[in-house]
Amino acid sequence: MIGVRVFFVGGLISYRALFGWLSPWVFIPSLLVAPVFQILLFVYIGRSAALESDEFYVIGNGLQYASIPCVFAMTNIIAGERFQQTLGSILITPAPRLPLFVGRALPVVLNGFFVAAFGLVVGGLIVGIDVPASAFAPLVLVTAVSALSCTGLGLLSAGLGLIVRETAVLSNVIFGILLVCTGANVPLDALPGWLSTAAQGLPFTHGIEAARLLADGARFGEVARLVGAEALVGATYAVAGYLLIRVLELYSRKHATLERA
Amino acid sequence: MRALRLLWVGWVMHMKMLTRSAFNFWLGIIYPLFFATAAFFMFQSGDDPKPLLYASLGAAVMGIWGATSTAAGAALARERWTGTLELLVTAPAHFALILLPVTIAMATIGIYSMISTLVWGRLVFGIELEVGDPLAFVLAVPATVVSIGALGFLLAVAFVRFRQAWALGNMLEYPVWLVSGFLVPLTLFPDWVRPISWALAPTWGIGAIRGAALGGAPYGDIALALSLGAGYTLAGILLLERALRTARVKASLSLS
Repeated sequence: MIGVRVFFVGGLISYRALFGWLSPWVFIPSLLVAPVFQILLFVYIGRSAALESDEFYVIGNGLQYASIPCVFAMTNIIAGERFQQTLGSILITPAPRLPLFVGRALPVVLNGFFVAAFGLVVGGLIVGIDVPASAFAPLVLVTAVSALSCTGLGLLSAGLGLIVRETAVLSNVIFGILLVCTGANVPLDALPGWLSTAAQGLPFTHGIEAARLLADGARFGEVARLVGAEALVGATYAVAGYLLIRVLELYSRKHATLERA
Repeated sequence: MRALRLLWVGWVMHMKMLTRSAFNFWLGIIYPLFFATAAFFMFQSGDDPKPLLYASLGAAVMGIWGATSTAAGAALARERWTGTLELLVTAPAHFALILLPVTIAMATIGIYSMISTLVWGRLVFGIELEVGDPLAFVLAVPATVVSIGALGFLLAVAFVRFRQAWALGNMLEYPVWLVSGFLVPLTLFPDWVRPISWALAPTWGIGAIRGAALGGAPYGDIALALSLGAGYTLAGILLLERALRTARVKASLSLS
């Protein structure tokens, strides 16, 4: 029962306290306006390069931009606590660690889903892409799974936050890797082979491909494997992230590195 | 003379501080590289690979604006957080002479990004850049930096009343990249976008750099970039006078 309470109540309170972008003055420009302009930027580069359709870039960038709320917010569960000098207090509590850390991911997933959905809808309306109505519900599911998957990567990034001081730099680098390698803007077959292979292990790669197929009229059954792969990638990162946090928590006790990082 | 000395010392001091910041320096170099890489792959794979050279120069200059927009938006907030804003405002020197070198230093950091993008393009994508008019190129780069720094100064002043000004600066990163024609020819945009592009110094700055490198009329663009930079500075000073007067009357400088 305590674990459930820590998961839901602790997660929500922590998210509200630590995610400094919840102010409308930050949320609107950073998480609603910026993704639309990222979509427009790549739509126009795509038109200039005569490479892919507008729909390709709207879907790619709309989904990929969820990495900003997902990775930054998850990383902040460590960096934010350290900044407010509460990290030590959190880590000496007897609260079970799984609900403590994973509970903080739930609001992040919901926010990431909202940001991606907003970018897809507004970007799609501005550019004028044509998506069949039958694809709306599966697209919602794919967007949610992609946000979940990226939050898993965010948990791994949060773990690294226990030994990395510059978490904002780390989060931005992860964002850049996802921008280039997931097929959001560059078709996977245009990437070097090794990069294209590595992309199969990144969040969004399968989700973006599934969303594009759905927008082109595919049925959900035809993309179910891609959605499953996206969920599997996210789950793998989440498990790795949770384990990393536990290992580095023990390391920080042994070597007194908690505040030094 | 004292004003020039203050500008120089302020620029040197902030350059030193910025080059020791992982966020402002290293990320300022790395972050635009991701966008440049995506754009290089896109142009390389497109039907017509000729715009690759055009894009490489644009991507290189993107870093100058990238290094300026968010940081300039946050320039006053940073002084506010460290408790030095009031001291700087009450100093005998005009506050504009203190703030202007800060934002120009931010834009100058973008030169590192510009060089790294060009080197990255050469080593990884084989983009060879031969500068057609070296003198114009040498003039165009600092003119672009100064004019973008002046735009950053105007932003910093315009956002003085906003506690989260960095987010507003950050919001302007993509739009300026887009409408200044860094990666996309202005002819692709709707007609109503053109006047916005013309009012932005980065448009003329990248025009001057491209003109110097690829052939064109760079000197006119350099003059326009510098003129717009002077205009931003003047507007920023007038806005600053008004903002500081209001802040003194209402005791609102700290926004606390």
